[in-house]
Amino acid sequence: MSQPIRYAPATATEVAHIVAEAVADKRSLEVCGGGSKRLMRMPLASAALLDMSAIAGITDYDPDELVVTARAGTPLVEIEAALAERQQMLAFEPFDHAPLFGNTPGRATLGGIIAANVSGSRRLSIGAARDHILGFAAVSGRGEALKGGGAVVKNVTGFDLPKLMAGSWGTLAVLTSITLRVLPRPRAETTLLFKGLPDEAAHRLMSTAMATPAAVSAAAHMPSPSAVTALRLEGFGPSVDVRGRELLRVLQPLCTGDTIAAEQSRAFWQRVRTLDVLPRTNHVLWRISVPPARGWQVKSLLAPGDVQCVYDWAGALVWAAVPEDAPYAGGGRIPAIARSLGGHALLIRAPLALRESRTADADGDHGLKRLHQRLKAAFDPREILNPGLDLFT
Amino acid sequence: MADEFTWLAWRMPVKMPAPDPQILARRAHIVNAMRDIVPGEGVIDQLEELAPYESDALTAYAQRPLLVVLPQNTAQICAILRWCNDHQVRVVPRGAGTSLSGGALPVEDGILLALSRLHRILEIDYDNRTAVVQPGVTNLAVSQAVAARGFYYAPDPSSQIACTIGGNVAENSGGVHCLKYGMTAHNVLGLKIVLMSGEVIELGGKALDMPGYDLLGLAVGSEGLLGVVTEVTLRLLVKPQAAQAVLLGFTAVESAAQCVADVIAHGIIPAGMEMMDRPAIHAAEDFLGVGYPRDVDALLIVEVDGPPEECRHLMAVVTEIAARNGATTVRVSANEDERLRFWAGRKAAFPAIGRISPDYYCIDGTIPRRCLPEMLGRMTGMSRRHGLRVANVFHAGDGNLHPLILYDANVPGELDRAEAFAAEILRTCVAMGGVLTGEHGVGVEKRDLMGEMFNEVDLAHQERIKCAFDPAMLLNPGKVFPNLHRCAELGRMHVHHGVVAFPEIPRF
Repeated sequence: MSQPIRYAPATATEVAHIVAEAVADKRSLEVCGGGSKRLMRMPLASAALLDMSAIAGITDYDPDELVVTARAGTPLVEIEAALAERQQMLAFEPFDHAPLFGNTPGRATLGGIIAANVSGSRRLSIGAARDHILGFAAVSGRGEALKGGGAVVKNVTGFDLPKLMAGSWGTLAVLTSITLRVLPRPRAETTLLFKGLPDEAAHRLMSTAMATPAAVSAAAHMPSPSAVTALRLEGFGPSVDVRGRELLRVLQPLCTGDTIAAEQSRAFWQRVRTLDVLPRTNHVLWRISVPPARGWQVKSLLAPGDVQCVYDWAGALVWAAVPEDAPYAGGGRIPAIARSLGGHALLIRAPLALRESRTADADGDHGLKRLHQRLKAAFDPREILNPGLDLFT
Repeated sequence: MADEFTWLAWRMPVKMPAPDPQILARRAHIVNAMRDIVPGEGVIDQLEELAPYESDALTAYAQRPLLVVLPQNTAQICAILRWCNDHQVRVVPRGAGTSLSGGALPVEDGILLALSRLHRILEIDYDNRTAVVQPGVTNLAVSQAVAARGFYYAPDPSSQIACTIGGNVAENSGGVHCLKYGMTAHNVLGLKIVLMSGEVIELGGKALDMPGYDLLGLAVGSEGLLGVVTEVTLRLLVKPQAAQAVLLGFTAVESAAQCVADVIAHGIIPAGMEMMDRPAIHAAEDFLGVGYPRDVDALLIVEVDGPPEECRHLMAVVTEIAARNGATTVRVSANEDERLRFWAGRKAAFPAIGRISPDYYCIDGTIPRRCLPEMLGRMTGMSRRHGLRVANVFHAGDGNLHPLILYDANVPGELDRAEAFAAEILRTCVAMGGVLTGEHGVGVEKRDLMGEMFNEVDLAHQERIKCAFDPAMLLNPGKVFPNLHRCAELGRMHVHHGVVAFPEIPRF
C-alpha cells in the first residue's frame, strides 16, 4: 500500500513534534521500526508512516548494574552483540519474526520487540519481554513526551507503565528509548533430546521435567515424522552436568534421552525460533497460547493430520501451521478452541485475502474490551497511533 | 472527644482528601446498606472496634474509617463496590495491614474493605504449576500448601507469615530472594478483579501470556487504586534441592560493595545477597545472638541454591571473591540450621531495631548498586544533621535500601525530623539514578515525593489510567498521586495548532 508521507525523525523531540502535528491536523500515523512484523497484521489506513529506524543506538550500557538503555530503533542484533561481548544477554530470548515470513532477519528493532512483547523459548523459566523492561521514554498519542519506570531492577514507584507499553503495539505511545534488565549469559548449556514421542506423551515428559528441581530453562517438542522433545539446561558447568544426569534418570521410565553438546544445543533452539520444520508455503501460521499441560489438545481438537504444530514453553506456546484451504484456517474456530483451553490464538501469517475476510473477535470479554478502549482513549484520544490495529486478532 | 481528634490530627502528617460531610451524615444509612449485602458479623461500625483498622504497619499515620466491611466472596464485593460507586462512597481495600507505605490507610468518609475472610486456596494445579488463591491467603500459606510436592511460591517478603497475596499483588512485593526469582509481578499469571463499577474482569490465567494490553502487569503494584483483587493465579516453582549461605564481614563498606559487584561480574545471580551496616549488625546480634561478627562495618549474607554440586561450586567462587576483597569473616553455613540462623538475624532486623529505639521508620528506595558506599557515607552526614540514628539493611544484589531511622514519637519534633531525614534519603536515591520505592510502594508515605521522579506530563498519563478504571476516583483515594486532578480535567486534549514544527524533518 502506498503511503503519501513518511517521517524519519532523528530525535525523540522530533517524534513529539510529528505526533503533535498529526494531532492538530487529525492525521494518523503508522509506527514502524524494522518492519519485520508488519506482515503480521492488516495494513493500517494511516495517513503517514512514522519510521523509527533513525532513532537508534545504545545510549547507556552498564554491565555491572545489569542494565542497558537503547533508542527504540536500535537493531536487536546490535544490542545482542554488545551484550555478548560482556558475556551478558537479553534473557527473554527475543527473536526476529522475519524468517517466519521467509524474509532475511536482522532488521527487528528493540522498539518492535518490546511493542510486541516478543519472547523466546526461555520465557518459560525467566519471563517475557514485559518482565525485563525497566523503563522507557515515549511520545503518547497526545503528542506529549513521557517517561515511565526507571533504570534500576527493583522499582514499584507508580503504575507499571513499562509493562503496559510491552505488547501495546505502538497504539498508546511511540517508544523512543527503552531500558532493559540484562543477565549473565549461562556459562554452560546442554539439551536433552527424547525421540519419537507422540504429542501427548511429549507433554507429559515436559510436565514431569518441569516438576523436578532440574531448573529446565526451555522445553519444546517438534512433531513427527522426526518427533523430538527437547529440554535445555543452562548454568555453571558442574551444575548443568549433574542436573542433566539426574533428569535423564528421572525421565527414563517415560523415554530414554540423549545429551547434546552446547553447540548443537544452540543450533537446536535456533530452529525452534525460526520454525523451519513447519511448512511456509500454502500454510497460515497461528500462535496459540494455552496452559502448558493443554498444548497437545489444540491439535487433537482440530483436524489431526492437516495441522502441524511446534510446541514451546513446555506446551504453553503452540505454533500451528494450517493449510490455507482448510475451512478453519482463518476463521473463529481456532480462537474458540484456544479459549476453551484457557488461552488465546493470534493469526501470525496469512494471505491478505484471508486476513481481510476475518471479522473482529466477537466472543471475548466485553468488559475487558471496553477497558481497552478507555485506556486507548487515555493515551491516544484522537486515535492517531496505529489506528485500527486489533490486538485481539 | 476534642482531645481525641487533636491526637488523630497529630498522627496525620500528610493531607488526605477532605471528608465529605454529606457522607459522614449518612453513616447509619451506609451501614444498613452494607449489612444488606454482607449479613452477620461482616460490618463493623462500633467506634472501639474500628480502632485496629485505623492504620497499617506505617503506624505514624492513622485515621479512623467510616466503617469496616468484611465480604466473603466476589459477589458481595461486586455489590459493595457497585453500591459505593452509585452513592459516591470511597473505598479503601485492606489485606493483612502490613503495608509500610500507608497503602491501606483508611479515609474518614470511606469504607475499609477488609479481605481477610477471603482466605481459601481454591485450586492447586501441579500439571500447570499454578495455584489459584483468594486475596486473603497469606504468602507463606501458599508455599506450605504445596511443600509436600516439592513446590513453593517464590516471592518471600519478610512479613510473609502475615502478609496476604492480595496485598502482595497490590504492592508488587519482593523479598530477599527476588534477585533471582523476581517480584510478585513475575510470579502472578492471572487475576480476577472487581472494578469500582462492580464489573468483574479476568486477566490472564494459566497460559503464559494474554492478548491485548498487559492489564495484568498494570494491576500488579497498582496499590489498590484500580480494582479489588478477588482471585489470583500464582506460578509455582520447584524448591531447589539445596541452599547454602555465607556470612562475609568487611571492615570497609567499599570492599563489601566491590564484592557484590564482583560476584555479579562472575555471572552469578545469587538467590539472595543482603548487606547490613554496623548499627544493624549490632542490633541484630544483641537481639538474637546468631553469631554475626561485631568488628566489621559491613556484613554480607550471600545465598546460593540448586543441586549440592552447584552450591559447592558457587560457594567456592563467592568465598574466593570475598577473600580477594579483604573479607575478615567468611563463614559458610555447614547445615540447614546454620543457614536459617544466618537469615534469622537479617529477617529480625526490624524488631531488633525496635528494641533499641522507641520508634523506627523504615525507608525503601533503590539506587544503582555502585552507589552503595557513597549513599552510606551521605547517610552518616544526614544522620548527624537531623540528629537521629540510622541503621541500614540492603538488598545489596539489586540496590534496594532499607534504612531504619530511629526516633521517639513522644519527643516533640522527632517524627518531623525522621520524615525530613527519610525524604532526604529518597531524594538522594532519585538523584543517584534510582527510584523512590523498590518494593514497599508509594502509598501515602512517598506520595508527595512523586514529583522528584516524574514530571506533570508523566503523572498525568498515570492518572488517566486511574480514570480509565475508576473515573469517580473512589478507590483508595489520597494514595500514590500528589495532586488530585479530576478525570474530566485530565482528559482534556491540548492541541498545538499553528506553524509546522521542524520543517527540516525529512518527509518522503
